[in-house]
Amino acid sequence: MPLIKDGKFVQDRFIFIPDGQAFPDDGGVMVTFDRFQSECATLIAHHRPLGVRLAASQNPEVLKDDLANIDAIALEFPIFRDGRAFSWARMLRQRFGYKGEIRAVGHFLYDQLAFMMRVGFDAFDVRQDFRIEEFDRAMREMTYVYQPSTDGRKTVMQIRRGE
Amino acid sequence: MAAPVPQMLTANRLIDGEVLYWHDGNWVSDFARGDVFDDPKAAEAALEAAKAFMRDNIVVAAYLFDVRRTANGVEPVKEREIIRAAGPSNRTDTGKQAGLGPQEPKDIPPIQL
Amino acid sequence: MYRYDEFDAKMVRERAEQFRYQVERRIKGELTEDEFKPLRLKNGLYLQLHSYMLRIAVPYGTLAQRQMRQLAFIARKYDRGYGHFTTRTNMQFHWPRLKDVPDILHHLADVEMHCIQTSGNCVRNVTADHFAGAIAGELEDPRPISEIIRQYSSFHPEFNYLPRKFKIAVSATKEDRAAVKWHDIGIEIIKNDAGEIGYRVFVGGGMGRTPYVALEIGHFVSKTDILAYIEAILRVYNEYGRRDNIHKARVKILVHQLGADEFRRQVEVEFAEIKKTGTLQLPPEELKRIEAYFAPPAFEDLPDESPEFDAAVKADKDFANWAKTNLTPHRARGYAIATISLKNIGMTTGDISADQMDGVAQIMDDFGFTEVRVSHEQNLVFPHVRKKDLPAVFARLKALDLATANAGLITDIICCPGLDYCDLANARSIPISMAIQKRFADLERQHDLGEIKIKMSGCINACGHHHAGHIGILGVDKKGVEFYQIQLGGSGAEDASVGEIMGPGFGKDEIVDAIERVVDAYVKLREPGERLLDTYRRVGMTPFKNMVYREQMHAAY
Repeated sequence: MPLIKDGKFVQDRFIFIPDGQAFPDDGGVMVTFDRFQSECATLIAHHRPLGVRLAASQNPEVLKDDLANIDAIALEFPIFRDGRAFSWARMLRQRFGYKGEIRAVGHFLYDQLAFMMRVGFDAFDVRQDFRIEEFDRAMREMTYVYQPSTDGRKTVMQIRRGE
Repeated sequence: MAAPVPQMLTANRLIDGEVLYWHDGNWVSDFARGDVFDDPKAAEAALEAAKAFMRDNIVVAAYLFDVRRTANGVEPVKEREIIRAAGPSNRTDTGKQAGLGPQEPKDIPPIQL
Repeated sequence: MYRYDEFDAKMVRERAEQFRYQVERRIKGELTEDEFKPLRLKNGLYLQLHSYMLRIAVPYGTLAQRQMRQLAFIARKYDRGYGHFTTRTNMQFHWPRLKDVPDILHHLADVEMHCIQTSGNCVRNVTADHFAGAIAGELEDPRPISEIIRQYSSFHPEFNYLPRKFKIAVSATKEDRAAVKWHDIGIEIIKNDAGEIGYRVFVGGGMGRTPYVALEIGHFVSKTDILAYIEAILRVYNEYGRRDNIHKARVKILVHQLGADEFRRQVEVEFAEIKKTGTLQLPPEELKRIEAYFAPPAFEDLPDESPEFDAAVKADKDFANWAKTNLTPHRARGYAIATISLKNIGMTTGDISADQMDGVAQIMDDFGFTEVRVSHEQNLVFPHVRKKDLPAVFARLKALDLATANAGLITDIICCPGLDYCDLANARSIPISMAIQKRFADLERQHDLGEIKIKMSGCINACGHHHAGHIGILGVDKKGVEFYQIQLGGSGAEDASVGEIMGPGFGKDEIVDAIERVVDAYVKLREPGERLLDTYRRVGMTPFKNMVYREQMHAAY
């Protein structure tokens, strides 16, 4: 699946390895939370790029003590209407100060990209036919924001107050 | 074995929401011109053909509904479909009953603001 | 009232263009209907029985004259020359074409209006007391904080894909005219023992399949903290609200499942986290800045009594009747609050024609009214009318067919569009409410019956608020035939209660008779000074039930 990061298509550093399947010798791997939990020590000792993929129902605070060792967290959208991942991304960025990649995977829409960027997603696993110009367009649809979020963008209230 | 309930096929036009009825491989606005399927196989075949119109983004929400034959012709069984074919019962000056579904915007000047 | 600055104005324009692009992509097939539906709902656009329906936000039920005129223009140009005011004080048009909606959104933006988040699983229109700024006993106008919450919740990046819809209402008097306890978040503006004004926050009210009255979660939340507190509630809900079953997805389910104490605990944990960031503290100067927009007009120094008013009461019976029911005392001497009933006998409740909209706008122009209000009971309100102007205002309303003297009486029915318009409905509601109005049209009888709030919904989604009706009527589908269930004892006021189902339902040819028997039962059972609701609360369901069904049994023989 094409991966967008920093507004352009990039090579995916990670391969998702399903539970039970052996890891390749080297290179980045992304695993489920269950696998991360059971093979944590091995994975970290290998010093390879490491990603963990969470289901929509999983509160990311389960990872809070291991964030320094996790390079990317993929948050699932089982269906685009399931908006839990917006809160999970926000939690990772704001509450836990997570600096690694937060990736959106699953079913989501162009129309959600701007909101997703605001709450802390910085990588997007998009549909095969997604055109990169669309990403840029999505970011430009709304010039101003009313409320603060993890992106630190100035809110309308702040602009009005000359902050 | 009881005779199958006759059915008709309806949908809404995507671009303006107009209620449409299946007729002869296409769609008409007037309930009275809609095809009646006495054979469930024909009904299903029509629904399948209708799906092409949905895939082509011409109509949305196509479905079959029950009708019955009366002395006056064919009428829907459910109140919902009777109202859908005619228009709101409280405003008989609107809707299909008045020949007025969704319309072109009227050519009137904007107001001074 | 609030006026957009360049930022608000740009938001609604860009939103209109955003929707235009969504429509283009839908027509091209780049969005499926399943993907497009939640997006169009977030712009208030439903696909209904006959056509699309567009729901326009009327924030806290306040409209300016030019906004009313623009709604009339839209009704004439794009619709069938009328609109409908809803139980959330919004305006609905029943006949827009999808392809015209982006243009309509721009016409709305021209007068600082929009359809943003009037549907969909997001925070909806914030409603408030329709007598705001005019009624005595108000701690402060509830609309400034409503406006602040409106901005806070619009395009909120984290909370635009909630498990389900989310409705907020604000009240500032002991009497609750905004039905706050029936909302997902209900805010009551209160004063604490230290004399500070703050907010009592209720969470978990709602109608529908499982009606609930909201529970008190925040006992006293300060003005600086209120946005952080709301954010905490929304976050707990977004994270833990049910997503497996659309009928169990409202916050009321979560609150009542966890219980108030546990829900409050979770909210407070989140609230503490948010406070640490400091990003959502509401600066007092910002609140003051918004309050300035809602400053009341300069009231003249008038005597309490008005000879013009008194003379008109004596001379004109119609005016006297109207003054009896449709006027509420104003906090300023010599003024009154005037309710404009949209419940003409035998007409569609809450509907208003383009000519009537223009007529109301013209009255506002001629009498210097800067605002008209919409109530959740589907009536309009002129909040600040000099008593001496009332006879003239009444005459103008009468010429527009907007002078029905039934505010608060049995024919002042709340009613959803029902099966005549709505794709979700099981039965028609409008013809039933019209028939009930006709049955009780006699004004003397209406006055004898006093305050009776009939609320009617055409399906369990309860847009007609039937659970909060003194008499609630629910339309159901009984084997393809329209059928009606009666509930008694609901209330949308500060004494909020869920109505109780009376018993087996009635067909459409029986329901009006059944309602009359309920009313007759009240007349038989009541004690002096009791409204129907009070009598019901005193005697319970059984006496009512016996009389309604016994009569029916006798009639059958």
